[in-house]
Formats: sequence, C-alpha cells, structure tokens
Amino acid sequence: MLVLKNVDVFYGRVHAIRRVSLHVHQGEVVALIGGNGAGKTTLLTTISGLLRAKGGGLTFEGREITRERPERIVAAGISQVPERRLVFKPMSVEDNLLLGAYQRYSLKNKAAIRKDIQEIYEMFPVLGQRKDQPAGNLSGGEQQMLAIGRALMAKPRMLLLDEPGMGLAPALSQMIFRHVAELRDVFGLTVLLVEQNAKSALKIADRGYVLETGRIILQGPSEELLLNRDVQRAYLGRDVEVE
Amino acid sequence: MMFEPELEGMGQEELEQLQLERLQSTLTRVSRNVPFYRKKFEELGLDPYDFTSLDDVRELPLTTRQDLRDNAPYGLFAVPLREVVRLQTSSGFSGGTTVFGYTLSDIRKWSRLTARVLAAGGAGKEDVVHVAHAYGLSTMAFGMHYGAETLGATVVPVSSGNARRQVGIILDYRATALACIPSYALFLADLMDEMGVNRNALPLRWGLFSGEVWSEDTRRTIQERLNITATDNYGVSEIMGPGVAGECLERRGMHVQEDHFLAEIIDPQTLQPVPAGQMGELVLTTLTKEALPMVRFRTGDLTRLIPDPCSCGRTFTRMERIQGRSDDMLIIQGINVYPERIKAILAETHHVQPNHLIVVDRHGGLDTAKLLVEADMVEPDQIKTQQRFIERTRQQLAMELGLVFDVQLVERQTITELETGIGRVVDRRNP
Repeated sequence: MLVLKNVDVFYGRVHAIRRVSLHVHQGEVVALIGGNGAGKTTLLTTISGLLRAKGGGLTFEGREITRERPERIVAAGISQVPERRLVFKPMSVEDNLLLGAYQRYSLKNKAAIRKDIQEIYEMFPVLGQRKDQPAGNLSGGEQQMLAIGRALMAKPRMLLLDEPGMGLAPALSQMIFRHVAELRDVFGLTVLLVEQNAKSALKIADRGYVLETGRIILQGPSEELLLNRDVQRAYLGRDVEVE
Repeated sequence: MMFEPELEGMGQEELEQLQLERLQSTLTRVSRNVPFYRKKFEELGLDPYDFTSLDDVRELPLTTRQDLRDNAPYGLFAVPLREVVRLQTSSGFSGGTTVFGYTLSDIRKWSRLTARVLAAGGAGKEDVVHVAHAYGLSTMAFGMHYGAETLGATVVPVSSGNARRQVGIILDYRATALACIPSYALFLADLMDEMGVNRNALPLRWGLFSGEVWSEDTRRTIQERLNITATDNYGVSEIMGPGVAGECLERRGMHVQEDHFLAEIIDPQTLQPVPAGQMGELVLTTLTKEALPMVRFRTGDLTRLIPDPCSCGRTFTRMERIQGRSDDMLIIQGINVYPERIKAILAETHHVQPNHLIVVDRHGGLDTAKLLVEADMVEPDQIKTQQRFIERTRQQLAMELGLVFDVQLVERQTITELETGIGRVVDRRNP
C-alpha cells in the first residue's frame, strides 16, 4: 500500500534519514521503532508531506506522492496523529473532531460527518460524555483518543501514529494500543506506528522496522524482532529515560 | 502444499522491495558490526549506503571459505557471542577451524525455511519424518529436524549409522518421510532387499534428499526402489544449512527462498555474473541472518538459475540440481573433503609429505574412500611400523574429517603412474 524506496531526508544540513526503504501492506500495523533522535518522527512527517524527501521515492497505492502537498496526501487517504497529541485545547472536543473532517466538509457531507462523529463516540465513549468540554480539560489518555478520533474524521485508509503511548500511564497506554489493534481488526485500517516503547508496539504490530541514526538496521515480523537484543535495548533505553 | 503461501507466492515487485529493504539493513549491520566487511568496503571505496538497487550487489566483494577460516572462530559474527544461542560447523572441516553461529531468531527463521522445504517436497503435519542425517556439528540433521517440528510433523531423530536398526525403525514407527543423503537411501534400499523387506509394504511416501551431487537416474532408482516421491533440496552451512532451496513436487529445480537469500551465478574464473540462465558458481547473500550474515558468499557449487515460472504457484526462482564443484572439494558420504586438508593431515601426523592418492568409489550406493600413500618413509621390512602408520593416519582422518578411509601403503613411484584424476584424486563415482 505504502512503499518507500531509498528515501533521504535532510534537516538543514543534518542527514536525518538515509536511504530508507520500507513498505506497509493494506490492513497491516507496522511499527517503526528506535531510540531518541533515530529519525522516526522525521520519517513519518516525510510521509505526510510536511517534510520533503531529498532523494528516493514514496508511493501510496501505486501513486507517486514524493512531491505531493500535505493536504493532497490527506485527501489521498493518509492521516497523521502527531506526537504529544496536539489537540486544540481551547476548542471543544466535538469541534476538534469536526476540524478533522475539514477536508471533506460540505453541506451535502454534513449528515455523513455527523454519523462519523457518533461512531467515534461509540469507540471512545468518554469523548461523547465530554463532547462540549474544552479539549484542554481532558486527561492525557483522553487527549490521545481525541487526536486519533480527529485523524479518523478525515476517513483515512492509512493512519500514521506518532508515539501514541508517550507520557501516558502504562495502563492507559496499553488501552490506546488496544484501540490501535481494533482499528486494524475491526475497521481494516492500515497503521504505521512510531514508538520508542518497542515492546508494546511490537505486541500489536504485524511487522516492524528498527531505525538507528537514520538507517534501518533490522526489519521483520514482530515476533522475530521481539527476540532481538538490539530491539530489547531500544526498549530498555526508554525505560531508563522514564526513570 | 506451501508452508507460507503468502510469502512463497509473493509478486515480483513485492519481492524486490523486500529484498532491497533486507539487503540495505544487512549491509548496514555488517558495515557497523563486522570489521572484516567494514575494512573490505573501505578498501574498495564502497559506501554500503549508496546501494539503491539489487543490481548494485555486484559491486560488493565476494566472501570465500578462506575468509571464514582466516577470521575463525568468531571474526565474522555480527552480534556479540552472548546473543548467539547455537554454534555449528560444516562437515569435513577439522575441529574448530570455522564456526557458524545462530541467534534465537536465526534458529526460528531456519526452522520455518526447512519447514517450507519439507512441505514443498510433499510432507505435512501427518507425516512421520525419519531424519537419517548425522546429528552433531553439521547442519543437516538439525535443520531438517526443526523444519519437521515446525511443520507439525512427527520427527524421529535417528541420526546416521546402524542401518539395520534404521530399517527396523522405518517399519516399526511407520515413517512416511525420509531425510538423508541420496546415496544413503540407495544403501538402505539394498539392505531392505537383503533383509527381505517387501517394497510395497514400506510406509515411506516422501524422500527429501540433500548433501551430495546426484542425478535424475539416481532419483528414478530411489523412487522405484523405495516406492517414494524423491525431491532434491539444497543447503550450505556457511549460509544457514538446509532450507536455502528445495524442490516442489514438479521436481524441476529447487526454489530458492528468495525472501531470505539473494542468489547470483558467477563465472568461477572471471568472477563476473554469467548471462541469465547459464551455468556457473552459485553466490549467496543472506538477507535476514543476524549472527553470521554473509555478503556474496562463494558456495563453490555449480548450477544455473531457471527463470521460467513454475506451475506450483511458488514465485521464487529455481536453481538446477547441483552439477558439481568449482573447486576441488569432494563430497564423500555427504561430508565435505578438501584434498588439501588430507595433505595437511598427513604432514601434521607424520611430519613428512608423502605422495598420496585419494580414490573415491561407490559400492552398493555407499561412497568408499581409499587413501594410497607412497611408503618410502617407512622401512619396508618393518610391518609393525607400517601398521602403526596406517592406523594413525586412519584415526587422524576419521577424527578430523569424520570419515573412515581405507589407508594403504604402496611402493614408491606408483602414484604418478596411477594418477588419472585432477591433482591427487581419482573419483570413480557416477553421480
């Protein structure tokens, strides 16, 4: 579904992503794991078009998206849930969700958008209960749900999730991961998931890639990566940081 | 039946993307973790990150068995030893010269790949797999063993030797699949005749053969005599062991597990790639091995790749049965033997370098190895000295190579007259 071939990305003079090739099949959850500064977020932001690849190519469903503008990439079916949730805090929960449907907003879509919001309230009941409250009043876990819900409002076929478990209590973070698995299993959504917490990510992912200083050093089915020491180290790295 | 149909039948474009991803991460790992490769890349002015297509693999240096020996035991490992859960070695090498390591994940992948080979050769969950390869340092027995277990079949780890007992076990345990070297299957067939076993009463259905060069004629004979479907499979210990390639029931070449190995054919003289479909030496690059990744390893085996698609549904390319060796390595009873090594063993044991000749023959389906040594350094009238020489040579060869030679002393000047093969070898076997 999504194919990256030899992608190079620079942050100013820093060669942040080096010759990265990866692919995500329809209906898969693929985890992109690695330590701080490995380039995970950079890669995700490149896919969503906010950063430009200097070299190599990206295709989505066979269509070249290397030089596509971000809004066109959203329209093509890829939505990103940014790191640290970044919901619009003064706005209400429901308005946040409505903003997610900005791309397809029109009078004739109004009813459909209503229906989608209801579906998201079914999936995350707490959002329905607090739909009129400012998003800033939500807890971290609830804000993450809102961020995912908002991305879903664009009716994506593929979701880019950036550290959904970050800064959440372990139980909450597990719940978010369960929701991600549900998005795949129930709604057939394809997910590329960036995570420092390799273990939680690989538990729900089908496959994974390990990024180290901008390069992919390992890739394979999740159950194989979980046996790997480099992966375990990446996971431990996170624990140390948390402490 | 395919063990992993979604992988074994993947489309060409998808396969190439996967191979590229895996080649890039393998090159990143070897250039970071294996000084031997880092140095080689530097010497050649190669930056592994410049590799953007599978064709670029031709720019990479070749790896030889000598490189493995020079860096033995652990010099080419890409992970620290504490992450290695298993060591094996290739048959026929003297103790401890080369070692192949596996991480836990390598063992898992190995198991799935040999399961694919077994499934391609007809075996399934319901089968009782009789593994008659020698268990020990060589990779064949363990590889087939793991594959059969992963497939869900029942494994009988018989190992080699005690052939009468093997026949008894096949009959008693109702073994339905036999994994061994082809000549051993013929040997068992002879023995069954001798023991008066009715061929039609044999429970065996599938034969999975590897470890030596054999022919279509031998396949026909084995199939007829044991009343089984015989398939060829290919492994090389430096790369992984069995599981690298295996025939499907079409029996027209072995499917290379291309999602884990990149296969090329080169001209063994010029070292350049041969035109598609032509015979040459098989060169393999591992795409997923963690402990001991190999970049363009020269297998020494002569074969060609068959480009046409196969009707079994597997999309992986096929390689023809091995036609021979590009070097002077002999495969005797499934054991790799280098004539050079025998010369060295003679020198180490007796501190002399006598003229000698290796004679390999096949009797009743089983290889025999004879070593003729010119006896100019022992007193011809001292029978005891001669016997001691013979015994010590025999023991040393058996210990270092795992192969029993019939050692004979001959008079001076006789070997040059006898010598008809290449170097110091006469191979009378017809594959």
